[in-house]
Amino acid sequence: MGAAIEIERVSKHFRLNHARADSLKERVVNWRKPSYEEFWALRDVTLHVDQGETLGLLGHNGSGKSTLLKCVAGIMRPTEGRITKRGRIAALLELGSGFHGDLTGRENIYMNASILGFSRKDIDRIFDEVVAFSEIEDFIDNQVKHYSSGMAARLGFAVAVNVEPEILLVDEVLSVGDEAFQRKCLERIKRFQREGRTILLVSHAVDLVRRICDRAAVLDHGQLVAVGEPGEAALAFREYLQHKGVEVPKELEDPQLRRNLRIEITDVDVQYPEPGRTHLAPSEPLRVEVHFCAPEIVDDVVFSIAIHDQDGRMLLGTNTDYTGDDPGFVEGNGTCTFIFERFPVLDGIYSVDIGLHSHDVGVIYDQRAEKDTVKVVSAGRTVGLVDFPVRARIVSSSTPIAH
Amino acid sequence: MTTASPDPVAPSRSSDRDEVSARPGAVRRLRDVWAYRELLGTLVRKELKVKYKNSALGFVWSLLNPMLYLVVFYLVFTYFIPASISYFAIFLLSGLLPYNLFSAGLGGGTTSIVGNASLVTKVWFPREILPLASIGAALVHFGLQLAVLAAALMVFRYPPSWSFLPLIVLALMTLLLLVAALAILLAALNVYARDIEHLLELVLLAWFWMTPIVYPYAQVREKIGDWSLLNPLTSIVITMQRAIWGNHLVTIQSNGKPTQLPAVPDLSQWWYLRNLGFVVVLSIALLMFAFWIFGKLEDNFAENI
Repeated sequence: MGAAIEIERVSKHFRLNHARADSLKERVVNWRKPSYEEFWALRDVTLHVDQGETLGLLGHNGSGKSTLLKCVAGIMRPTEGRITKRGRIAALLELGSGFHGDLTGRENIYMNASILGFSRKDIDRIFDEVVAFSEIEDFIDNQVKHYSSGMAARLGFAVAVNVEPEILLVDEVLSVGDEAFQRKCLERIKRFQREGRTILLVSHAVDLVRRICDRAAVLDHGQLVAVGEPGEAALAFREYLQHKGVEVPKELEDPQLRRNLRIEITDVDVQYPEPGRTHLAPSEPLRVEVHFCAPEIVDDVVFSIAIHDQDGRMLLGTNTDYTGDDPGFVEGNGTCTFIFERFPVLDGIYSVDIGLHSHDVGVIYDQRAEKDTVKVVSAGRTVGLVDFPVRARIVSSSTPIAH
Repeated sequence: MTTASPDPVAPSRSSDRDEVSARPGAVRRLRDVWAYRELLGTLVRKELKVKYKNSALGFVWSLLNPMLYLVVFYLVFTYFIPASISYFAIFLLSGLLPYNLFSAGLGGGTTSIVGNASLVTKVWFPREILPLASIGAALVHFGLQLAVLAAALMVFRYPPSWSFLPLIVLALMTLLLLVAALAILLAALNVYARDIEHLLELVLLAWFWMTPIVYPYAQVREKIGDWSLLNPLTSIVITMQRAIWGNHLVTIQSNGKPTQLPAVPDLSQWWYLRNLGFVVVLSIALLMFAFWIFGKLEDNFAENI
């Protein structure tokens, strides 16, 4: 099969203009002082995407992940290194981009698909499917400028997936549209995967990457810092950021939630049964200490905890209301300890998310997600997810009865 | 791979490895443009549609422009200030139409990359398609205006020079080659210095008056000989004038004495053809240079646009 995309030692040099010197006069007047800052948006990145593989690119804003995608799409040319591909690429860098507002939806489908290399005949063939997928039959002959952003996004996605590219590049676009449409897009992407097509996906959403990608790569300041299983890569991403003392970027958090820091989580401590242990055996006890600081008295507070597996499935979600441990009020420094008598899972790395909010969840004081993990390593050979307490008893006519 | 993409168009369809990061040479560029010719057609249609969207008369506007010229110049130069050039309106349009094509194609082409930022920063296709589409749209207008001119010739029962008529096609192709080379070059430069488009307006104005469109070529030839053929537009314009308007005597001040001279050189088709040949050679050289510059500057279009 071989690689669908080979990125070999690619670097991209950028000049960031402070004040854009767009005119000759400005250039002449300012010819002495360089009014720009130079930096490497990508530095020596080598990455192969196999045919039929879905690779996620993780990284915070400015990490170079979109630049890399643009280089693969051919929109930018790397300063150094080479990128080769096999098969036709369709890039979805922004849904509805390349649409012209003055043209109708129908005309835009023809324009967009021909930009992606489709002939008129080919477009005639896929036209109905595009329209059906985008669910805008009634508006297909209206000008696109009258479309809602969701409609334009649907149309853009519909065109890109229906031109049947061998390689699909996707940048953050799955976060638009309503939930139903997102689900539809995901299903379509899964069909793509089944058909053996290659997908390179850039996303802020660690969860999404974990759910649909075969592998993930982490970029930071233009450098590739990790490549591996999506869960591992997500973990490496967080660890890398923590290691560098960088605050875990906002995009890892739910942007809907606005924090109100009347109580702040100062630290979360995952305690294995004995100090010095790096992992847990299945069904061993576990303590999670949440250290907090409330400068003023807060009398409406709930501590919540959620545990997810690497595929983003929630294994447990509970809070101090459900466990019947309402603290009443808190003030100053304190600790809330979640005590698990047993942690009944088999191998894996599990993320621990903590939230502090009011009883009605109307106010979120603070939260911390995707930062802390529990690692479970099973010595036995049982496979699966849950460490059910199980024994076997075997009876037969010639076997002595065992207790 | 189990899926076969039914796509005869895109050059990347081949199962060989394609280097995305390579800077394609001139030949490859021409091949890419050819492979994307349907997109060129679509973009030309888009430009025309967008231009006349929400206007009731649509294409009629393109026809009105040369009609108005015909009527106004006929009135002015027949009744108010009788020109020394006979059938001045036809003389003028013969030169003005190719100039309009040149100026509209070059003007539109220069701003085409910047104007289509949303495409350039989001999706790959041969970028030269954008200036070429502007030229294509200008060519459609030219065709309409030429039709008006042809209709006027029929109404006035004014016969063109039949033996020179095939030269129109060659002159037009030469003009397209020239304007394509310049538009591709300027479109790329304009991404980095937007002054180009403003500068171009002035240059086009100067260029108009430096080309024998409103005055006969004989006037310049009298002063500086055939040196004015260094202006490539001159070769094209006088060919069009010779083919459509024909040739008439005009009165020129020569050494202080009024002299009767043919407005355009009374020479054979071969002389006109030779001139066009020079322009073709120049345009091809310019086009290669434009491709080379374009290829270099294209690397950073997406970030500078």
